[in-house]
Amino acid sequence: MTKFEIRGLRADVLIGAEDREEILKGVDLTIDSGETHAIMGPNGSGKSTLAYAIAGHPRYEVTDGEVLLDGENVLEMSVDERARAGMFLAMQYPVEVPGVSMSNFLRSSVTAVRGEAPKLRTFSKEMQNAMKGLSIDPAFASRGVNEGFSGGEKKRHEILQLELLRPKFAILDETDSGLDVDALKVVSEGINRVKAETNVGVLLITHYSRILNHVKADHVHVFAKGRVAESGGPELADALESEGYERFVKAGA
Amino acid sequence: MASPNTGVKEHSHGGDLPISRLDTHGSFDVAAFPVPTGREEEWRFTPLRRLRGLHDSDGAATGAVTVETQAPEGVSVETVGRDDTRLGRSFLPNDRVSALAYSAFSEATVVTVAKDTEVSEPVHVKVTGNSEGEAYGHILLRAESHSSATVVLEYAGSATYSDNVEYVVEDGARLTVISLQDWERDAVQVSHQYAKVGKDAKLTNFMITLGGDLVRISPSVRYAGRGGDAELHGLYFTGAGQHHEHRSLVDHDASNSRSRVEYKGALSGEDAHAVWIGDVIIGEGTQGTDSYEYNRNLVLTDGTRVDSVPNLEIFTGEVEGAGHASASGKLDDIHLFYLQSRGIPADEARRLVIRGYFAELINRIEIPDLRERIMDEVEEKLALHE
Ligand SMILES: Nc1ncnc2c1ncn2[C@@H]1O[C@H](COP(=O)(O)OP(=O)(O)OP(=O)(O)O)[C@@H](O)[C@H]1O
Ligand SMILES: [Mg+2]
Repeated sequence: MTKFEIRGLRADVLIGAEDREEILKGVDLTIDSGETHAIMGPNGSGKSTLAYAIAGHPRYEVTDGEVLLDGENVLEMSVDERARAGMFLAMQYPVEVPGVSMSNFLRSSVTAVRGEAPKLRTFSKEMQNAMKGLSIDPAFASRGVNEGFSGGEKKRHEILQLELLRPKFAILDETDSGLDVDALKVVSEGINRVKAETNVGVLLITHYSRILNHVKADHVHVFAKGRVAESGGPELADALESEGYERFVKAGA
Repeated sequence: MASPNTGVKEHSHGGDLPISRLDTHGSFDVAAFPVPTGREEEWRFTPLRRLRGLHDSDGAATGAVTVETQAPEGVSVETVGRDDTRLGRSFLPNDRVSALAYSAFSEATVVTVAKDTEVSEPVHVKVTGNSEGEAYGHILLRAESHSSATVVLEYAGSATYSDNVEYVVEDGARLTVISLQDWERDAVQVSHQYAKVGKDAKLTNFMITLGGDLVRISPSVRYAGRGGDAELHGLYFTGAGQHHEHRSLVDHDASNSRSRVEYKGALSGEDAHAVWIGDVIIGEGTQGTDSYEYNRNLVLTDGTRVDSVPNLEIFTGEVEGAGHASASGKLDDIHLFYLQSRGIPADEARRLVIRGYFAELINRIEIPDLRERIMDEVEEKLALHE
């Protein structure tokens, strides 16, 4: 049983050498292992900022609050320590790292997170199986990390990493955007496999209730102006899709 | 100290046509070149006092190097005296150091790949220095028509060394030369490598500079016929206090010639200084030239200095493609963030990204042992400043 807690989190985006702007204005959220929480909210409301601040992205700085994984303050860890502690972020815009092959990257990553190098043959098989499950052509293994991948291909590879790394807690930032109908299904099945096998806690950021037909959310939160504006059950997602965010954006403006 | 110099015309674009600023006239006569002062365009980046006399000495060799060779069947390797008539026919020294080296060497190494011979095993030529005094050398690499071979030219040990290397790639031949500057930390080298690329011939050059206190290399390419192709790849890792200078000159003096110049470097440590000068001339009256050059520098620490200067001179309107690019920057922290966000520790993430930066270039070397060795040496230098 893992508990993931965000308490009073405030964070700035670092714009230039001197310039910064507060985006997160006090976020509170608690997620237990096995639970899936969806976050929906208008463009620019700070959803990705929340994800990046938790992961330790260099362009963001936490100014107040705590992020606890089983009581341990994640914010005191380096970026790689967070991942090794069991955190994972599937990014909205995965990064291209030229010249580093996908297979080499995955093996380094799996070695770091598991604490020991998997046997080459076993790992190769494991990787190929996981790729197959996500309908990824084996040829991608020798390409540079995300190098020249299409938007949808990048998203599939984020979920490939989720499957291989098996974190305790995962944030999926708009993993569904940019996916065609078939890919959405394949990727959702991947997420559901990891959920079923590992009891991972998931924070799923999305604009569309479509993915929630495949990946069941236990709770839905509305994110507006840098904080959680309302929380509810799965039915909230449908309400938001038909009504929009107007009432949250206006409130407290 | 005149030398048989047939087959090389005085190098100009003739009559009342514009004369290229980049295209220096050559001579075997040392006295034809004044002693550099450091104010000249070609010398302004080089710390002359660290040359230990290679630019202003009288040419008396007070040091020595040993040359070891290893060649597969089909390739002949000879050690010859100054009077060998095959030497000095493909080029004219284009500065004082080059002319001085040509006037001062006592033995030359001649590698010949016979006509129509294709060898897959590489030829090895290893120059090792073991003293500080000035030493001079000369190497002629000749790929006869329609032959194909790879030469690994390696420099090691401690020396104050100046040499000329001739690459003669005859019609239809393919020659790959990997020049590995793997000197001890105290060595000084000035090297001129003159390539003459024949009709439909192809030269692939890798200039790998890792060692030395000061290494200044000037690879140049001329075309002896149509359809020649030259790829000049360079890789350098310049550590604290080192000066690595690469000055390439590609003279597209024949039609339908192609060139690619691609140099990638990394700098790390106080007073690491890398210089890249990329000169390309597209000659008057030539057609269908295709040329591109670029230089990238990865700056890993404070206190380093990069000078990167592409020069392109076009004397004709009929160019198929010509361009250049030059960029210097630090490691991308977003690349590192992505790798670290997958659990990879910071130092390993750095190594992966730097490996990736060089990998594309190194992977084109078709000798696996050499690829690994270069990558390992890059990582050793990297570890010094972590
Ligand atoms: N470098 C920057 N300079 C200025 N503003 C920035 C910068 N980076 C982010 N922001 C701002 O921070 C705010 C929050 O952005 P964020 O990416 O977190 O939004 P989001 O909720 O994920 O939006 P979307 O639904 O479009 O993905 C936005 O208004 C954005 O413009
Ligand atoms: Mg976003």
